[in-house]
Amino acid sequence: MSSDGCGAPAGGVSVSAATGSQAVVEGRVVHEGAPVATGYARLLGTGDEFVAEVPLGEDGGFRFFAAPGAWTLRVLAPGGLRAERSVEADYGQVTKVDVSL
Amino acid sequence: MSRSDVLVDADWAEAHIGDPGVVIVEVDEDTSAYDKGHIPTAIKLDWKKDLQDPVRRDFVDKTGFEALLSERGISNDDTVLLYGGNNNWFAAYAYWYFRLYGHDKVLLLDGGRKKWELDSRELSSDVPERPRTNYTASEQDASLRALRDEVIAAIGKRNLVDVRSPDEFAGRLLAPAHLPQEQAQRGGHIPTARNVPWSKAANEDGTFRSDDELLTLYQSEAGLDFGKDTIAYCRIGERSAHTWFVLHELLDQPNVKNYDGSWTEYGSLVGVPIELGDGR
Repeated sequence: MSSDGCGAPAGGVSVSAATGSQAVVEGRVVHEGAPVATGYARLLGTGDEFVAEVPLGEDGGFRFFAAPGAWTLRVLAPGGLRAERSVEADYGQVTKVDVSL
Repeated sequence: MSRSDVLVDADWAEAHIGDPGVVIVEVDEDTSAYDKGHIPTAIKLDWKKDLQDPVRRDFVDKTGFEALLSERGISNDDTVLLYGGNNNWFAAYAYWYFRLYGHDKVLLLDGGRKKWELDSRELSSDVPERPRTNYTASEQDASLRALRDEVIAAIGKRNLVDVRSPDEFAGRLLAPAHLPQEQAQRGGHIPTARNVPWSKAANEDGTFRSDDELLTLYQSEAGLDFGKDTIAYCRIGERSAHTWFVLHELLDQPNVKNYDGSWTEYGSLVGVPIELGDGR
């Protein structure tokens, strides 16, 4: 994973165990049982405030390093597919959110 | 300069695929996106490998830019259409960069790669061969780029626009939430900066909001004084290039600079003032 840019990590993220003391929100997006490799995961704060967005990885995976608190995860994919989930993040925890479109 | 001179939609791009004189360029940090599929005929620029100096913290100099564009087959007369991922952050950065080196025939694709993908438009894996050119760049246009001393001198005097997320602005995060939290030595923001996250200028599909919405955002809501000069910054200068594009190119504000050193520089400087906490 790139550590000094603002962009997506090469090839999107692969979902795996992470990252010590950080507040991680990660998961996979599937549609009809298959990973959604083209699409976007957005992390939103209170009042739909945009926080971050990543393209989904080949395995439909995404990962955010959030601040502790309550967030909204929104997924966008071609064909107007979308989904939204409420998530909680805290330091030292990896919050898993799997999304089926 | 106005919106129609600098921004085109996907239909325009589709209609100009293969046009001689139009070079479509995908700009990303993650160039594996290009490798998986790109707008037909597009070539790629790697934000880091191609545009940043490999040794010093700076972007490539004039000679380096000339060598890069010559090697990629871009000539001075070409219209360069830029697009990329991350809601066009890196494409906007490249746009700023092309303008900095005097290339005026440059356009940004509204919505970038994301809208193209969400619209299920054609992507190609063919990598075009473009014949070498002999590109000549101008000297850097210093009116578009702010360096650190100018930024410090601007505190309380000019508009400073911090385009990072509210959590980064307040000092709770040091980087966007999709990246590990590292980088600058200190969190916070430059005193007197207004926090207008870049994302407020964009719709969900990555396209820019309308001019009226943008004017309301920066003037009425954020309280920027358009009678003053403006400096935009973020963490490494690409999100602020997006805002620079909005203010300077779409809204036609004359004196807007991008501080590409941004928070990774400012937040590591010794002795400069820092403010913590949320914006007003």
